[in-house]
Amino acid sequence: MAAPTDLRLPRYPREPEDANAPLDFAGYRSTKLRHPSQPLVLLPQMLTEVTGPLLGPGRLGELDNDLTRQHDGEPQGQRIIVTGRLLDGDGRPIRNSLVEIWQANAGGRYRHTGDRWPSPIDPNFSGLGRALTDDDGRYEFTTIKPGAYPWKNHDNAWRPAHIHFSVFGSAFTQRLVTQMYFPEDPLFYQDPIFNSIPDEKVRQRMISRFNLERTVPEWALAFDFDIVVRGREQSVFEDEEDED
Amino acid sequence: MGELLTTPSQTVGPYLSIGLPWEDGPFVVPEGTEGAFWIRGTVTDGAGEVVPDALIETWQADPQGGFDHPDDPRGRAESGFRAFGRCPTDENGEYRILTLLPGVLPGEQGQQARHIDVSVFARGLLNRVVTRIYFEDQDNSGDAVLASVPAERRDTLVAKKTEDGYRFDVRLQGKGETVFFAL
Repeated sequence: MAAPTDLRLPRYPREPEDANAPLDFAGYRSTKLRHPSQPLVLLPQMLTEVTGPLLGPGRLGELDNDLTRQHDGEPQGQRIIVTGRLLDGDGRPIRNSLVEIWQANAGGRYRHTGDRWPSPIDPNFSGLGRALTDDDGRYEFTTIKPGAYPWKNHDNAWRPAHIHFSVFGSAFTQRLVTQMYFPEDPLFYQDPIFNSIPDEKVRQRMISRFNLERTVPEWALAFDFDIVVRGREQSVFEDEEDED
Repeated sequence: MGELLTTPSQTVGPYLSIGLPWEDGPFVVPEGTEGAFWIRGTVTDGAGEVVPDALIETWQADPQGGFDHPDDPRGRAESGFRAFGRCPTDENGEYRILTLLPGVLPGEQGQQARHIDVSVFARGLLNRVVTRIYFEDQDNSGDAVLASVPAERRDTLVAKKTEDGYRFDVRLQGKGETVFFAL
């Protein structure tokens, strides 16, 4: 085992305060009893924190990235292609990495026993997808545009249409779960989950971009959504070859 | 600093169980693996109510203290050990992870005691919270991270021995609140 002085580890600088939502956010009622009340303790980034699970092909089924072909029939709704790149803060693509999504159907209903919104369940839509990023860090899903749905957070509360995204990055420090939104959604202004991000410019990073180039004529619209996880500090110990 | 600004975190919401759990998620090692034990625990909120819509993820060294990862400067351990566990809480707020004891690791000041890093996701958590599991029957005396935690809260990070492994409860808020870390 190497002596501690030989531990040349990458560092992932902490993000500015407004890069994320506060854990206690009154507008989103469910945070009330679930946010830690004690200050967080700073965890030095050692071996466990700068490494992370590299989850690759073994986790993927053939149709996992096409949510419209997972059943005998086609799901209801507007077919969309969602594509984008998984990058770190220095613009390096994160390759061969697992991206997981889940979402409501076109009527805004999740295939879940807990969802009581009386919009029909679509027998041809499970709302679950997985994909691997390629050498450019690019992923792609074919799915259905999810609908908005009401929830009980506040008077006449509706969630803007969104797709949940889960990515691992390549280190424990980079683990991220987020939500992708759609351009110009009229429900943004009243949604406390979207608005939990304090800085308006930061919020915009969760909104996908309509991508005409990637649409398929007479078949599917397309949206582009790049996901950026925390970058690592440039260090003199890094190989030049790692640069992209 | 990086050049691109990061995508912010959002809550997993109540329906995380559609997309995140895996059938083999709780099994860091297959059942029957020599030396394997269960880590079991309950996730509770500030009112002491169980949290039935949370997900626990674990990440750890292998029993020899290695990581199957290119950034381990001591060399990549290709032991075939997945090192990653994932389990949603059930209706009683309980999770379980079958794993092996991680090895002792070098640290900045001396050695790090055997530990597992944990992420907790749930409805009502806008970002994951991160904690660490230590083991009550191991030598934790030289661990700098544990020493940096206020003494009266340290035991929230130490899993207690049980019949088939260890118990590690997660209290998100209030009395006995688990120590959570900023990364």
